[in-house]
Amino acid sequence: MTIVLPDPEALCEELVQQLRPHVTPDTALVGIHTGGVYLAERLHAALGVAVPLGVLDISFYRDDFDKTGLHPQIKPSKIPFEVAGRHIILVDDVLYTGRTVRGAMHELFDYGRPASISLAVLIDRGGRELPVAAQFIGARLEVPSDHMLVLDRYENGKLRLKFDA
Amino acid sequence: MRNPQLNEKGELQHLLTIEGLPRETITHILDTATSFVGVTAREVKKVPLLRGKSVFNLFFENSTRTRTTFEIAAKRLSADVINLNIAVSSHAKGETLLDTVDNLSAMHADMFVVRHAESGAPHLIASHVASHLHVVNAGDGRHAHPTQGLLDLYTIRHFKKDFTRLSVAIVGDVLHSRVARSLIHALTIMGTPDLRVIGPMTLIPAGAEKLGVKVYYDLAQGLRDVDVVVMLRLQSERMRGALLPSAQEFFKYYGLTPEKLALAKPDAIVMHPGPLNRGVEIDSAVADGSHAVILSQVTFGIAVRMAVMSILAGN
Repeated sequence: MTIVLPDPEALCEELVQQLRPHVTPDTALVGIHTGGVYLAERLHAALGVAVPLGVLDISFYRDDFDKTGLHPQIKPSKIPFEVAGRHIILVDDVLYTGRTVRGAMHELFDYGRPASISLAVLIDRGGRELPVAAQFIGARLEVPSDHMLVLDRYENGKLRLKFDA
Repeated sequence: MRNPQLNEKGELQHLLTIEGLPRETITHILDTATSFVGVTAREVKKVPLLRGKSVFNLFFENSTRTRTTFEIAAKRLSADVINLNIAVSSHAKGETLLDTVDNLSAMHADMFVVRHAESGAPHLIASHVASHLHVVNAGDGRHAHPTQGLLDLYTIRHFKKDFTRLSVAIVGDVLHSRVARSLIHALTIMGTPDLRVIGPMTLIPAGAEKLGVKVYYDLAQGLRDVDVVVMLRLQSERMRGALLPSAQEFFKYYGLTPEKLALAKPDAIVMHPGPLNRGVEIDSAVADGSHAVILSQVTFGIAVRMAVMSILAGN
């Protein structure tokens, strides 16, 4: 079965349109490593967000540490703003089980108590295992459960959706 | 024979010594520690990685500082920590090492952090325990102190970036120092081209050159143009017999003073594993001066031990 993947550049533009009315001078974006950071960097620039971009690597908050151990390439998380009282838009490339988002929310709360967290994703592929929902969605896409869909980036900065082994 | 620290998949099961570790394993530990440095700067200085795990600190030899840093590291990973000062408990009542370990295993331990005066005690424990248990060597006799070697490595990388261009001098009581041994192995694995040990003939082990180091008996000669100076603590408690005339005389010839340090590179860093003997191996003006990174070592030491424990627990 071949799956036709949508153009991530068009979906990114779609997200910019959805997000624009919700961005205030106080809004902060936080991207989740790795694909979510690629997307968040683009949204951050396109929306002219004043607060510096935050990035999270949720390796220390995964719920499958006992099974899989520590990820071999962990990037440091960086939240360069005060989390307490902030309206935060969490950004990820693909929303699937919801477990990554749960870990990301847990980690954010260890920086402080935000006023609100909403979620923006390029692709919602269904298959949720937790009560997690995105408020901003580029596209919904059916993907077989044995496929891993991720966002990658070409050297020229253009976004690319691909399947990982 | 398989490296006793690695499991059948080649992953780190125990940390007993740096000797023989693959370079990628060391780099993985240092990179992971970088992420933990960020965690300890946050509002909540804990991550939930080792929640529900029990870490037993087994200290057959007293060391408040090392035990405390392991305890903080384990607590910041959300593990439960049990400190056993065995120097004054069951060991003194005649229980054997392995009986002690069996008893603690029956209390559902997940990890043992072991400090022992006898070289090889952590190896013995590692070869005895069930396969889901992990052992970290927190210093055994004159043999090894791998987490100290790794935190020294982390500190050097933090300030000097590239190991393959460095001159590093290790100064003082090399003979009794497991810190020196671990750091020499670590820097050799990472490709450091110029490694020196400096000290009086009585405190340099015979055949030190076989470890790939240059031996200097004169401090001024050995310090010339080095990037990193690692001062060792004069371990008077390990001295048997008259290896040294006196602490004063040691300071005169091998104590690091601002004048001696001026022979190193202008941007050289000065390290020390602590506790400091001011006026014995290091002058206060150096210990408190701008070249000293001794307190950074302490901070990085927590992050490095968090990295080691979380990597072991996940394998």
